[in-house]
Amino acid sequence: MILREVAAQFDNPVLMYSIGKDSAVLLHLAMKAFAPAKPPFAILHVDTTWKFREMIAFRDALMAELGLDLIVHTNMAGVEAGITPFSHGSARYTDVMKTAALKEALSLHGFDVAIGGARRDEEASRAKERIFSFRSANHRWDAKNQRPELWNLLNGRINPGESVRAFPLSNWTELDVWTYIEAENIPLVPLYFAAKRPVVKRDGMLVMVDDDRMTLAEGEQVEERMVRFRTLGCYPLTGAIESEASTVSEIIEELTHSNLSERANRAIDHDEAGSMEKKKQEGYF
Amino acid sequence: MSLAQEKGLLRFLTCGSVDDGKSTLIGHLLFDCNEVSEDGLARLHAQSQAGGRAGAALDYSLLVDGLMAEREQGITIDVAYRYFSTPKRKFIVADTPGHEQYTRNMATGASNSDLAILLVDASKGLQIQTKRHSKIVSLMGIRHLVLAVNKMDLVEYRQDVFDTIAADYLTFAQKLGDCDIQAIPLSALQGDNLSRHSEAMAWYDGPTLLDHLETVDTSHAVKVSAFRLPVQWVNRPNANFRGYSGTISAGQVSIGDDVRIGPSGALSKIASILTPDGEAKSAGIGEAVTVTLADERDISRGNVIAAADDPPPVSDQFAAHVIWMHQQPLLPGRQLQLRLGAQSVNAAVTELKYVINYEDNSHNAGKTLGFNETGYCNLALDHPVVFDTFENNRDMGSFILVDKLSNETVGAGMIAFGLRRADNVHWQAMDVDKQARAALKGQKPCVLWFTGLSGSGKSTIANLLEKRLLARGGHTYLLDGDNVRHGLNRDLGFTDADRVENIRRIGEVSRLMVDAGLLVMVSFISPFRSERRLARQMVEDGEFVEVFVDTPLEICEERDVKGLYKKARAGQIKNFTGIDSPYEAPENPEIHLHAADKTPEELAEEVFAVLEAKGIV
Repeated sequence: MILREVAAQFDNPVLMYSIGKDSAVLLHLAMKAFAPAKPPFAILHVDTTWKFREMIAFRDALMAELGLDLIVHTNMAGVEAGITPFSHGSARYTDVMKTAALKEALSLHGFDVAIGGARRDEEASRAKERIFSFRSANHRWDAKNQRPELWNLLNGRINPGESVRAFPLSNWTELDVWTYIEAENIPLVPLYFAAKRPVVKRDGMLVMVDDDRMTLAEGEQVEERMVRFRTLGCYPLTGAIESEASTVSEIIEELTHSNLSERANRAIDHDEAGSMEKKKQEGYF
Repeated sequence: MSLAQEKGLLRFLTCGSVDDGKSTLIGHLLFDCNEVSEDGLARLHAQSQAGGRAGAALDYSLLVDGLMAEREQGITIDVAYRYFSTPKRKFIVADTPGHEQYTRNMATGASNSDLAILLVDASKGLQIQTKRHSKIVSLMGIRHLVLAVNKMDLVEYRQDVFDTIAADYLTFAQKLGDCDIQAIPLSALQGDNLSRHSEAMAWYDGPTLLDHLETVDTSHAVKVSAFRLPVQWVNRPNANFRGYSGTISAGQVSIGDDVRIGPSGALSKIASILTPDGEAKSAGIGEAVTVTLADERDISRGNVIAAADDPPPVSDQFAAHVIWMHQQPLLPGRQLQLRLGAQSVNAAVTELKYVINYEDNSHNAGKTLGFNETGYCNLALDHPVVFDTFENNRDMGSFILVDKLSNETVGAGMIAFGLRRADNVHWQAMDVDKQARAALKGQKPCVLWFTGLSGSGKSTIANLLEKRLLARGGHTYLLDGDNVRHGLNRDLGFTDADRVENIRRIGEVSRLMVDAGLLVMVSFISPFRSERRLARQMVEDGEFVEVFVDTPLEICEERDVKGLYKKARAGQIKNFTGIDSPYEAPENPEIHLHAADKTPEELAEEVFAVLEAKGIV
């Protein structure tokens, strides 16, 4: 319903595809909502160049299978400046390679609405997001001055240059997402399922050593552990959890008994209090 | 979402005044239902120490107060949605703020809820806000109310305090109509009667809050039983497939059913139904489908495919309750965009019948509707829409009003009934038309709308231009703002509402004169963009020429031909444009006169040249 509203109300929509499970659900819904036609919008992936290798392989295979054209955007200025999560810290790195890259891509293609897979249950400031969330011409979010959303009526009227972020999964919980993945048999990146992987314990997180760009600090040791990921982002910033769950139903079982929040292993949320809210005001999803 | 319905989903909202303890209540419920993760709990402990409102104890409200700004102010400022579940039900909570300037968010939370928890601080008793919120949620169609008498710990858990508040409320609530009300004494801070019965209040034998939420029956079926499919999207992947997508808002549909398409009234049959799970023989309420029809019909987004024998009404006028959500008041006559389902049309309130007084449920007369006020009014639309009444079908009986310049959502409405007047007053078709009359005069009739500050030179320029046109044999008429106020608009003052009506009348008169084939000059301050747009919309495209006489305020004030600026500065005239009432300059006038350093003759000549170039004379 929401995806169709996006397509109908805007001139140039784009679906933000992050390769994660929420994106997978979003894409699946989009394929259904417009069947037998293909989704009437572009699909964009902001590639920080630090994603897990398995994610990229999965992405390319899926797009080929569905016959969709994917736009891949990387902030080349950031790459040339040598911005990496190791050298510049997670806050600065996220700002340049994710937030700035995203804004750059949206402006470059003139997208007037970007569809994202964010859910309100993920983080406190996301709980206040609208389904249609208005952004100024500078991509800024004004949390105190949001359009009220009544019933199912979504107001997508904007002036040239302004844009909207649309969140069709707003009212889904993490468990809803997994239940839907199970019911619809949606393919996922294997990293979501437990397997033996090389990890390093760093700042309380289990970081997977995905390529040789990661250098070990003194005293750090690479160990093989049974791990999986609850969310997927850039490998140096996304911690694994120890788990034996290797199928969707085992994951659902594990989630029902879990005591840690989903984003607990995401470094960028913990930079400082209210950190997600600040990032969102600046244009992060 | 359909996933949630397997276990049963209850959407509810919480409302109450500032500091009644809403966030604490929800936070504690989440905590009791084991929805707080270990890392969340660790953060809670840290933040409670750092400045929570509960002193050294756990401040549960920190679990739900998301935004930094409100954490600093110690109050909730927006709608926050929370999700939790018990083995019996899933819940979506809309946590909505109580203080006045954000009441619009409460209406937002209410619009998608089935139940409302109204919090009252036992130590303060029933407040006006609680009554206001009750009225709003009941207007929004919520039929299940919980009166949560909170902070019982502060009144030593006394039964008489609770009984008085509950009795007061029930007396008030009789005026709300058919509602199911459950009053519960509790302490959100201590957890009494939240998920476990309170030992301190053994005198209370009703359900705990959670018991009630888990068991309350909210199966309030949509009262319309006939099929309704508002078309959201026309699906045309190729020339052979033409499908209509939308979510079924009422009834059932099967292949072969006869359907009527609104607003045109055309008939057809359902040829196929595509659901998310593939082709189907039938589908029902709540399902997102794509249907195809047996016949080629011209159907676009916003049309409604409905049961042929019980179609929804179609009208371009209806009566509705409107909740106003913007600081600038609603002015009858001002054009707004109305969005109802996938339909969007231009609309204006034609008559504000009354404003609801929340304190005693009475009706007050009013000319405008202020921020957070609710009114009952008639609306007129520029195209007919397909609808059901709000009482019968929330989806097709609700609408929002959008400001056409700022694009903000400024109001929400619920349709009471359609007005059939539109059907009875028909347009009389005339044989001699505008073209014939204009041809006789050898001119292209139009409105020349001069706008600008008082003393900018509008009337002087218009006068000179009229002489120039007359000399050319043009047939003209000049409507001067001041002069019109002596006659036709004698009854109007200078409030915003009267200004809108003033312009509406002048617009109507100029429209008639354009129809008569004249070149109509209107010299009128007309400070608001929306009103000028209103006048523009009354005539056909190309018949409205906006002339912006752009003279800086200092020069106008220095000239002060009528001595009005002096009076306004002295405070003797209220609402004077440029002094204590704004002037919104045109953004794209057809003619922009930079009047500061030119003579009126030069400016009149400039306008004349444009009219020639446009082929108007």
